[in-house]
Amino acid sequence: MKLPALNTPLRDLSEVDRREFFKAGGAVATVALSSGVTLMAFGGEASANADPGKRWGMLIDVNKCTSDCNACVTACSKENGWSAEEGSETDAQWIRKVDLTHKQTGREVSLPMMCQHCEDAPCVDVCPTEASFKRPDGIVLVDKHACIGCRFCMMACPYKARSFIHEPLTDQKSNAPRGQGTVESCTLCVHRVDAGGQPACVDACGTTGNGAMLFGDLNDPESDISKALKKFNSIGLRDDLRLNPGVRYSNL
Amino acid sequence: MKRLFATFLLLIGLIGSMAQAGEDATSSLYPVIPKAAGAPHPEGNDFMRINHKNLLKHDRDLTMRLGDREVKYSLKECIACHAVNGPDAQPVSVKSEKHFCRVCHDYAAVKVDCFQCHNSKPDPDLVKQLTMLPVKDRELAEYLEGASQ
Repeated sequence: MKLPALNTPLRDLSEVDRREFFKAGGAVATVALSSGVTLMAFGGEASANADPGKRWGMLIDVNKCTSDCNACVTACSKENGWSAEEGSETDAQWIRKVDLTHKQTGREVSLPMMCQHCEDAPCVDVCPTEASFKRPDGIVLVDKHACIGCRFCMMACPYKARSFIHEPLTDQKSNAPRGQGTVESCTLCVHRVDAGGQPACVDACGTTGNGAMLFGDLNDPESDISKALKKFNSIGLRDDLRLNPGVRYSNL
Repeated sequence: MKRLFATFLLLIGLIGSMAQAGEDATSSLYPVIPKAAGAPHPEGNDFMRINHKNLLKHDRDLTMRLGDREVKYSLKECIACHAVNGPDAQPVSVKSEKHFCRVCHDYAAVKVDCFQCHNSKPDPDLVKQLTMLPVKDRELAEYLEGASQ
């Protein structure tokens, strides 16, 4: 994947530095991560907030999550400007609450479901236009400039995490552009993460919810999430598929 | 002969006035480009008029694919600075002919697809940030930022 070149001649002298910058820093290298997954990385001094040394993830303590609480869903909807109306079959669902009952024991649990930000994301594998991609820090996103709305990724996702936008939209949030004919899903609030924050759902779960969600860098052994993962038993959903999701659940 | 000469003079006069009317028509068709709120582009308006699309396309990939939030040109900032207010003193959307992007794009008959996904109205938080500093301070801040790079 190559970045588009500035193909118009740059006449202004003040722009020469910029041009040199792109020449030097814009050398694009494609790194093969694993079969079928490629990442684009910048050489030189090009600054990027998506640190390849990091992997953002989430740990959800299912014991703390209750079925009457919807704080994470409301917060996500407000932050990213999507709404799930009652009874609508086509509305977007970036995150949803799922209630499960164990058939044998009758144990009831409730948990939030969203994009699991897999290491080997099937949605990235199947995308014909490379619109579905994984950032160097592990966040899986849709490039809506390239998305043609074929919905292969929706079929490929075992978590049913993606939605298709059927209607024309107006007044989107400036941090979450979204439009008709493209597929979308949880972005792990990438605009907040890049600014040093954490996703809106995790914030809401901590303040108005039950504090069941923990967000952090899975690669940093000193992070709260890594320590918790080391201490407590947790699973990734559908671990049998070996997708290594970035979202993990404990006490499930 | 006199009549012929008079007709000739009349014709010259007519053509002259027509040419003048033609010039007026062109200048009145040329869009009145709304003024922006912030400091002028150091590259100059002509440069931006030709290259804005390339700059935006380049930087959008840096931001989206690599998470670079410090890019020089972002659509969000374009929209915040170039917002045009409607009669209700609120920024107009791209549906209005007065919208900054539409003024030129209508004239040039070039369709913009950006606003199928992006909001054509400015982010209120960003506008606050941009207009909080007086122009002189902002220029100074930009200068300092440029010097530190």
